[in-house]
Amino acid sequence: MRTLRVCALYPDLMNIYADRGNLLVLERRCVWRGIGFEVSACGLGEILDTEAPHDLFYLGGGQDRDQRLCAEDLALLKREGLRAAATRDAVVLGVCGGYQLLGRSYELGVGEELPGVGLLDVRTVREAGPRLIGNVAIEVTCDQGGGTPEAESAAGLDGAHVLTGFENHGGRTYLGAAQQPLGRVLKGCGNDGRSGLEGARSDNVIGTYLHGPLLPKNVWFADWLIARALGLDPSELAPLHDELEIAAHRDARHAAGV
Amino acid sequence: MSAALAARLAAARAVGALSRLRGGGATSAPGKALLRMQPDAIAVLGRRLARGSAVISATNGKTTTAAMAAAILGGDGVELVHNRAGANMAGGIASTLLDAARAHGSIAGELGLFEVDEMWLQGVVAQLRPRAILLGNLFRDQLDRYGELDTIAERWSTTVAGGPGGQARLVLNADDPALADLGRDAGERVVYFGVEDDSLALPGLSHAADAKHCRNCGAPYVFDAVYLGHLGRYHCASCGRARPSGEALAVRASDVRLEGVRAARFQLHTPQGSAEVALALPGLYNVYNALAAAALAHTLGVGLPAIVAGLQNTTAAFGRAESVTLGAGADRRELRILLVKNPAGANEVLRTLALEPGEHDVLGILNDKIADGRDVSWIWDADFELLADRIRRVTCAGTRAAELAVRLKYAGVDPERIRVEPDLAEALAAASADRPAGSDEKRPTDAECLTGADAGWDKGSSRGAPPPLYALPTYTAMLALHKLLARESSSSPTRRLRSTLR
Repeated sequence: MRTLRVCALYPDLMNIYADRGNLLVLERRCVWRGIGFEVSACGLGEILDTEAPHDLFYLGGGQDRDQRLCAEDLALLKREGLRAAATRDAVVLGVCGGYQLLGRSYELGVGEELPGVGLLDVRTVREAGPRLIGNVAIEVTCDQGGGTPEAESAAGLDGAHVLTGFENHGGRTYLGAAQQPLGRVLKGCGNDGRSGLEGARSDNVIGTYLHGPLLPKNVWFADWLIARALGLDPSELAPLHDELEIAAHRDARHAAGV
Repeated sequence: MSAALAARLAAARAVGALSRLRGGGATSAPGKALLRMQPDAIAVLGRRLARGSAVISATNGKTTTAAMAAAILGGDGVELVHNRAGANMAGGIASTLLDAARAHGSIAGELGLFEVDEMWLQGVVAQLRPRAILLGNLFRDQLDRYGELDTIAERWSTTVAGGPGGQARLVLNADDPALADLGRDAGERVVYFGVEDDSLALPGLSHAADAKHCRNCGAPYVFDAVYLGHLGRYHCASCGRARPSGEALAVRASDVRLEGVRAARFQLHTPQGSAEVALALPGLYNVYNALAAAALAHTLGVGLPAIVAGLQNTTAAFGRAESVTLGAGADRRELRILLVKNPAGANEVLRTLALEPGEHDVLGILNDKIADGRDVSWIWDADFELLADRIRRVTCAGTRAAELAVRLKYAGVDPERIRVEPDLAEALAAASADRPAGSDEKRPTDAECLTGADAGWDKGSSRGAPPPLYALPTYTAMLALHKLLARESSSSPTRRLRSTLR
């Protein structure tokens, strides 16, 4: 039996929007299919080994205070481990504050810049102006992974898929010239409220502002992550009874106006 | 009173009358109109209160704490001006003062008692210059409206440190690290309250715990006991800051006994002495509300007997453990309404419900309107797992019914037991018709009782009465539920339950 081995980064700090919902969805959807599931935490002061055996790394959202605590620690003790993980095609998912820390840097204010892991070529800046808050829906398309359409299709992201959720962030995130976004904003603010782009993706490293429990209302994406992390095609995962999940996805899209 | 002010009061009252004619709730409309004409109206009218004002803020339990304080103070003969309907932003407070204002610069009441929204506290304190500020707790709540929790903590810190709030007595929850810290340098101005009963200690911090790091030095707090969310007995191993205790903890609860969804008892200790308190409200969260109200009343000079009497006379505030009878005759069924609006509050409701024996029929109503918080993420922080194997049937209603259903499914509730019916009237009808086999016509057999097949029966209730239906609504869902119940009860008694049962 295959086992999905998940590493939750700072689960006691970076969890402000109920990020545990994502881990719960990954767990249940594995268990229901007879796939093993293991989760371990890597917190403040712990070194993330470059040989860490995990298939999927999760980094959620936190308040400024928590993000400050984690940013230094992440850069100092976990950057190499995460880079090694990305190199061997483990999935790295950063959500909200976690997305910001996967980038190059986060400029919180004049003279205060938090370091990032640099797995995504993005830069985040806290600018004057309101927080970007609200329901959001984005279209994730198949040609954004940097690979050929055929390769993407084989990876299960063929055609347009909608991710829907809620965003609430003070930082604006800007993509480097070659950095692909995760998707195109259908409704909501996305990375900066202007570009129409949301999140960032480099192969299996993904960042998004769709915060907290985005997987419960986008179970297609949960399955896609599980498959990528296990080196499978999503079509190889046994189908589940998803009537409630599909209804929740529909309601969330409706809330966003899509 | 100046003629200009009198004219503005009259104009604002007309706004209220007009709004009521149109069928609006109108609690804050006249106050908002008044503040537009006279921005310092709260200060001007508040100064008429001979004994000044006390304000209460918290993310959880404001309305109930204020109701308890009102019962204590009212029972002690104090004439209050109190925003009891819960309109707690500036407009609601101005409306309450406007209602009480009388001609010739007078006001009908001697003491103002106001629950105040977390984000409005600073502005309201600046105008009212209250005698006492009670801060009950700070849990994650409606982050889409308020941004970050730390933002609120910082604002509160500024509010109580100096300026208009700098003279007020501070009544603070010692068990909430973020709040206890606000009184650190306030000396004699502070009255701390807290729970001291290790039999209540939870295995650890809940997932939704917030104040986990020392505000002084940033090191993680060490919790020697966790009572509720991040409330408990804690200290900082790095800089030594710790929960106020001993003499500094003026008002305490010990020997807490929780009696299901109906009641709670505890031993109340104050500088005036100790007494047994029997609350007609359930859960440790209401023990905290009672302690807060007792500490405030003590600070305002109320005697212990009046404090105890007031606490014991407090019944459920609107939608907070309220009990309603559905239908009539053989169709009678109790509906208990337990407001849920954020993880900490929901966890306490779930924990309290879990104290009741047997399996439960539940009507969960999740709305995502502005007053609920448009972001429903929080339900994934609430520990529905506590109830997962105790659900006989759950009906999910509201604008985000399906998301709640998914939450319950992933918490471990069998999907066969989950019904999704977004329409509230339909959902209430379906949920009230759910009852354990046998409760309509026959009592359970002895064998069923012995095997626990009907463990949901309330053995003490009248023969054949089904167990209660528990409604867990968010804020706007609770208002909608009340409206629906009012409509049902205004139709004929025989029709009334039929309409919910068909």
